[in-house]
Formats: sequence, structure tokens, C-alpha cells
Amino acid sequence: MAQNRIDNFKVIVIGGSAGSLDVLLDITSLLPSMLKAVIIIVLHRRSDSESILEKLLSYKTQISVSEVEDKEPIRPGHIYIAPGDYHLLIENENTFSLDYSEKVSYSRPSIDVTFESAAQTFKERLLAVLLSGANADGTEGLGVVKEYGGYSIVQNPETAEVGFMPRQAINAGFADSILDGKEIAVKISELLRQ
Amino acid sequence: MLNEGDLDVLIAEVAERYGYDFSNYARASLRRRVNRLLVIDRFPSFAELLYKIKNDASYLPHLVQELTVNVTEMFRDPATFKTLREQVLPILATHPFIRIWHAGCSSGEEVYSMAILLQEANLLHKSLLYATDLNPAVIENIRKGIFPLNLMKDYSENYIEAGGRNDFSNYYTAKYNWAKFDESLKAKMIVATHNLVSDRSFNEFQLILCRNVLIYFDKVLQDKVLGLFDDSLDQLGFLVLGSKENLRFSPIAKKYTQLTNREKIWRKTG
Repeated sequence: MAQNRIDNFKVIVIGGSAGSLDVLLDITSLLPSMLKAVIIIVLHRRSDSESILEKLLSYKTQISVSEVEDKEPIRPGHIYIAPGDYHLLIENENTFSLDYSEKVSYSRPSIDVTFESAAQTFKERLLAVLLSGANADGTEGLGVVKEYGGYSIVQNPETAEVGFMPRQAINAGFADSILDGKEIAVKISELLRQ
Repeated sequence: MLNEGDLDVLIAEVAERYGYDFSNYARASLRRRVNRLLVIDRFPSFAELLYKIKNDASYLPHLVQELTVNVTEMFRDPATFKTLREQVLPILATHPFIRIWHAGCSSGEEVYSMAILLQEANLLHKSLLYATDLNPAVIENIRKGIFPLNLMKDYSENYIEAGGRNDFSNYYTAKYNWAKFDESLKAKMIVATHNLVSDRSFNEFQLILCRNVLIYFDKVLQDKVLGLFDDSLDQLGFLVLGSKENLRFSPIAKKYTQLTNREKIWRKTG
């Protein structure tokens, strides 16, 4: 990963589906409380359920956690969650946007969509993390992340609760690093402390 | 994949040649739409798409339809419709005549949802529902009132969650894979093309719904369109936006009060 300039915050996009919640909670609990990066979480879930994800993550960290609203500013030191039933896009360096277009890989939010959009804006400052899941979402997006010079971590499919999603990405050759769930949490917290 | 310069060229071309101005659409989403168009219409590159736009005017309706997002559903966000049913319609009922504008309503699922609410509240006979969108092709569907049958199970669940007490299937007739909605529901609909970017206010309303349309606009255009709604809304009228849209940072915000249950419904109080 290229050196970050001082004024440029890092961006971490974490995509997960079936079986990814525990890893996500681990990652969240290990985040440094003086977070300088932006964390964006795209998790497949039932579209009609009230978001309990925000609450679950909030119990694990003092960092502010919120679901993104349209054209919300992107501020370092925050954890953002893609809202259910919308795709989450990066409008520019400072602004999110939402999109209610067709599902991608049967998913909305789609991990591919956010990976791709974040890659185009944040380029080598982006760290993309793909966790456990049962569908093929995320792989194409990781390809775009790589194309723009970002770094990718993929959960080890052997130890993931559902290995299909990370395995797709690894088979496509888009994983810079393959780690167990716990190791991902440690690795991210190390990267953020550097 | 498309680069930022390509997008500017396309926007300029479509504006100059056909009068559709996409320059204040949200870029991230619009770029995806153009990339998607390249795939579904099998253009080898952006140059071929641009050539088509420049040389084939008959391609325009399809172009506009694909550049805009036309995904909608019946009783989407049931809690919002429940609030309309329980808190807004009783207020509108006191008016001798009710005018409602569904701005950017795409294929009309939401207009039919509203017509059902009005009919159940015994208000449809004194209401007019203006249904507008910039796509001539999609609004044609509103006149037909025909929707895919396989979606009716989801819609029925939404309807019940929105406080519906009837058998939802009473509202349509199933034929092959389609559900044709009852003629009585569309008797009070006025369907027209209207482009929020370039067209003006055309009436005064007690209720305006514009859900998941503003998300495709940048801040400048959002504020302009909200101004248009403000001009078109009666004092004490209601404005309904999508579940992740907010009036909070717009210039008209100070004149509006959000309903206390935090649904995305505001009343013009100032």
C-alpha cells in the first residue's frame, strides 16, 4: 500500500454477508478510540428489519456509528453503515450518496457497488475487507479496488462461517492477504495505529 | 469503464441535442447508469454509445429511461404509509377537495398505494392524484395499472404492515403473470410528463410525495427541487421524502416541521 499523506485519511470498507457479524463485532471492538480513518460497513441483511446493526456495533466501541443518509458528509473518525435496501456510493472525497437502483448479485446494498465506488475515489488509500458469505458479491468490486491500487484482505474461507464469498475473491486472485477472522481485527487495528 | 471526461461529454451532448439536463445529477450514481447502459446495450466502448446518441434520435427514450432509476414498489416503507393513513389523511379529509402530487413516481406503484389508502378512507371521490415522471415510457404503465403478479405477495405484506385490513387481492385481477388493478383506483389519477430539473410548479397541493428521487440529484439540484415543492405546497400541506432523504440541510427547512414519529413526513408550518 502506498504511503499515506498526512492530510489524507485512510478508508476501510468492510463487506460481509452470512456469518460475518461476529468478525465485524471483533473488528469494531479492537478499533482505536482515536480513529483517524473512515470505516464503512456493507452488510447483507433483511431489508425490512429496523437496523439493530447500529446498536450492536455501538456497544463495542466509543466511536460514533451511524447509518448513512443521502449526501451525508464523510468524516474521519466515524463508522458508517450502508442502510438496508440502498446501494451506498461515494459521491466524492467528502460526500456519500445513496442509490435505489437494481439489486446487484441479488443484493442491495451490494458490496461490489461500494467497493467499486470507493476504489474510484480513494484509490490507494482504500483498504477493502471481504468477510464470510454465501454469495458472489464483493469479488468484482475487489478487482476494481486492486485496479486502483487499493489493498485487500479476505477472510480465510476454511475458518469462515460461510466460505463461499471469500473463496470467490481468492480464486479470482484479488486477495492481498488471507486471514482468519480474529487476525483481521488485529491486522486492521495495527494498520490504524501506524 | 467510463472516465469522468466521458460523462461530461455525454451530459453536454444530451442537454444540447435533446434538452434533458443531467448536469446536476449525482455523479456516482449516473456513472453507474452509463456503465450499465454500455453493458446492456452491448456497446464495445463509450465512443459507440456517443455515436448512437448523436445520430439516432429514436434512441433517446430508451436512453433517458436507462439513465434514470425506475425501481419502486407498493407501500414501500409501510410505516410511512401507516402514518399517512392514521395522521395525514384525517387532516386532509377536512378539505373539500384534495390534490396530491407524486413527483418522479416512475411506473406508479406508489400512486396506486395512495389511491388504495384514499379509497379505504372514503376520500378518493374528492381527491386528484397527479402522477408525474420525466420518462414518457414508464408513466404509460400508470394508465394501464398492470404490475407483475409475482410481486403481489410482498406488496400484500407491505399493505398489511401499513395498516391495511382488506384482502389485498381484492384490488386486482390476476391474469397470466400480471395483476391488473381495479379501474376505480385510477379514475382520479392525472398522468403527465414533468421534468423536475426544467419544469415549473403547475398547481397547488395539500400533499406532495417525492421518494427516492432526490438521492439522484446533487445538493444544488436538490435545493432547487425542494424550492419547487415549497412553491407548490399549500400552507399546512405535507411533504413526504424517501427513508434516507432529509430536509434538514435545505434552505426551506425552517418552514417545515417533521412529524413527531420521525417518519420522513414534514408539514409546512412556517
